[in-house]
Amino acid sequence: MDRAKIKRELENLAAAGLPAEPVQEKAPVEVQAEGEAGGKEKAKKAEEAPRKNGLIETEYAKRGAHLDVQINPDQVVRAAEILDGEGMTLEMVTGVDWIKDGQLEVIYDYSHAGGQLFRVVVRARVDRNKPDIPTVCHIYGGANWHERETWEMLGINFAGHPQLEHFLLPEDADFYPLRKDFKP
Amino acid sequence: MNELIRLLSYMIGIAAFLGLNLAYLGWVERKGAGHFQRRTGPKEVGPYGLLQPLADGLKLMSKQLIIPANADKALYMCAPILIMVPAVLLFVAIPFGEHLVPREFNFGLIMMFAFASVGGLSILIGGWGSGNKYSLIAGARAVSQNVAYEIPMLLTAINIVMITGSMDLNEIIRQQGSYFWNWNIFRLDKSVLMPVSFLVFFICSLAETNRTPFDMGECEGELVAGYHTEYGGMGFGLFMMAEYANLVIGCSLTTILFLGGWQSPIGIWPGPHWFLLKMYFLVWCFVWIRWTYPRTTFWGLLNLSWKYLIPFSLVNLLLTALFIKVF
Amino acid sequence: MSSLAQSHLRETFELNIGPQHPATHGVLRIKVVMDGEYIDRAEPILGYIHRMHEKMGENRTWNQFWPNMGRLDYLSAIAYNHCYAGLVERAMEIVVPERAEYIRVITAELNRIQSHLLGFGAYIMDLGGFTPLMYAMDEREQILDLLESVTGSRLTYCYFRFGGVYNDIDDDFITGTRAFIKRFRPQIPIYHKLVTGNVILMDRLIGVGPVSAEMCRKYGATGPVLRGSGVNYDIRRNEPYSVYPELDFDIPVYKECDSMARYMVRMDEMVQSCRIIEQALDKLPEGPVMAEKVPKALKPPKGDFHFAVEAARGTFSMRTVSDGTNTSYRMRLRSPTYSNVSLFEEASRGMLLSDALAFLGSLDPVIPEMDR
Repeated sequence: MDRAKIKRELENLAAAGLPAEPVQEKAPVEVQAEGEAGGKEKAKKAEEAPRKNGLIETEYAKRGAHLDVQINPDQVVRAAEILDGEGMTLEMVTGVDWIKDGQLEVIYDYSHAGGQLFRVVVRARVDRNKPDIPTVCHIYGGANWHERETWEMLGINFAGHPQLEHFLLPEDADFYPLRKDFKP
Repeated sequence: MNELIRLLSYMIGIAAFLGLNLAYLGWVERKGAGHFQRRTGPKEVGPYGLLQPLADGLKLMSKQLIIPANADKALYMCAPILIMVPAVLLFVAIPFGEHLVPREFNFGLIMMFAFASVGGLSILIGGWGSGNKYSLIAGARAVSQNVAYEIPMLLTAINIVMITGSMDLNEIIRQQGSYFWNWNIFRLDKSVLMPVSFLVFFICSLAETNRTPFDMGECEGELVAGYHTEYGGMGFGLFMMAEYANLVIGCSLTTILFLGGWQSPIGIWPGPHWFLLKMYFLVWCFVWIRWTYPRTTFWGLLNLSWKYLIPFSLVNLLLTALFIKVF
Repeated sequence: MSSLAQSHLRETFELNIGPQHPATHGVLRIKVVMDGEYIDRAEPILGYIHRMHEKMGENRTWNQFWPNMGRLDYLSAIAYNHCYAGLVERAMEIVVPERAEYIRVITAELNRIQSHLLGFGAYIMDLGGFTPLMYAMDEREQILDLLESVTGSRLTYCYFRFGGVYNDIDDDFITGTRAFIKRFRPQIPIYHKLVTGNVILMDRLIGVGPVSAEMCRKYGATGPVLRGSGVNYDIRRNEPYSVYPELDFDIPVYKECDSMARYMVRMDEMVQSCRIIEQALDKLPEGPVMAEKVPKALKPPKGDFHFAVEAARGTFSMRTVSDGTNTSYRMRLRSPTYSNVSLFEEASRGMLLSDALAFLGSLDPVIPEMDR
């Protein structure tokens, strides 16, 4: 496993997915730095806006991850390929409903299977009304169940998934319980 | 008239013996299992839990008989009876003592094997009639297991027939004479492999009675409860009782063929008590094995029979023939 | 796959193993397409004991979520306590007193032994040997008594708190634990003599259910499954938390990749856990068991946090997204068996039914933890 290589490739990947707005290239690093330093107003402003694509190096002791990268939904397969090539394992796939931003976030947690301490978080945000994201099942077989669960809990549609059927919930469940607007 | 009284008393005797055995072998097994497993086993009902079998019997009899919707009713109902009938019938031929034998047949051994194989068939009927896939798999397994193990069992028994020249069970015992070195298991002058054939016969009777480690028909880890998954109440009770009846018969047959039946090992007081002692020792071994070993796989079971036991039995048969011819 | 299974004559049937079945250790259902005794396809179906712990995490305050930690994996609940404590302590930057950390390790390892004991007994019971279960239960009972005396519960522990543990251990617990270890150590060779060396057991386990290291990586399998495939990976070593770095213990690794390897990993881990407990008891410092100044109403800072521990069945990790309020915005629980069992479908293809169930047992699933 080559940490520098993973970082470089993911950074390039995130940069490739950025919209052509030159001002925002440095933005994510700023958010992180100020969020932790405590520049209150700026941070507050920055935190209210959804996070932009990009790579952040986080402190493991504080966050539990080394790299935190946000990319476009169509790039998650490429990210999985990069990490797969470096011997990382996909530990879990999960989602978060950012209802204020009208977005759903898919989070992929990678760790190194060979025993080195290196955790990578890959995130991608999809539109809440059209939550489509490609599946990584063909790369990580274990993603199958995790994606299936994320689909049934949050309604994120993993395009190309072999079996998006109800899994933990009853077969006739027509709701997404982990969405923030779900009322039981 | 005398003959009628004799018949009646034997019938009552067999029924009593059988009833006592079926009830209390269950108790022995549970108590034995308890002590193997660092616990006490049944102890609440009666002293030492001795009334437990009665309580179990009452419970089983008072249960509602439920026939599954998918079941073939006729087959479902007749399987437990069919497994019990030959088990009871076989006691007719067993010589408990020199003169304590309900009926002396000169083809007793053949009769034993003939009726014992009905047991496997009734397991298949029960498995098929239940309309349950687990039962069906179990039934199919039980039949191939019975077929596979009957062959080495018969081949080993033929050794004894060749040595004794008789199929009369009482005659086989008589020829073994008193003192334990005259027993068939130690008759090395007839065939040096006699102790091993005893072992083969013992393994086969384990398999024939569907006991762990060969309980492929039951196999609760895989097939829930095997062929009696769908049976409740006394249907299940009959299957359980048949298992113990077969256990007694298997052990009796081993005792007769190899351990000298009612003959005394030390030359004094030959009689039924020796027979029972030997038989119950074997039964205890069965219990012991059951609570010690895990189960084999079905494939492992068939491999053992077809690849090891049957070739060995054939070689053994040839060797015995050679010994008899040469010496 | 057998030549029989490939021939055009084959005829398959479906078999539902579970939700109530002796071999599934709970309410797991496996839909199996069988070809005679061979398995064509086995699809595990979950959700029979799904309780939506993740949603509960969003609705309850951080403190209120504690009892849920005991109800995921009812066999190694203390490891789950540990993960939740670690997660929030990481977010809040709470420093835990050293004595509390040692107590955490001692109880977690006792809990691990207990879990492996039951796993061992239940596994052999799956294979038809009933007696080892009772032996294992006997030892397990001692552990439960010990843990009950300090945590107050026997199974669904809710013992840890943010910043320490709820209750200090007393001398009775320490002497009891030492006595237990003294009693338990000689038992393991007995188990090996009774069970492991048995020809039938070896025949049933060796070479059954091969799971390669690569397959483990693809499916995210961890714990004894991964270590039975020759990968030296244990969160306690590779991603150290608590006071594990200060303790000397080995990670048992077997290269055979079969059910026997996984079984042996568990057996050896019990010995290692004994070592850990003994060292931790020796090193146990004096002092408080709760950090000072842990606020009653917790409000961790915004952001997401991740924490992983080694539970008895593998890596248990939690990811929480905090929005700075007194409840979590999103609570994600990653349970080890969920990933471990997900490889069952691929690995069991073409197996015999009895082998497949022996293989399933070697994954040691705990269903409430999979379903969450």
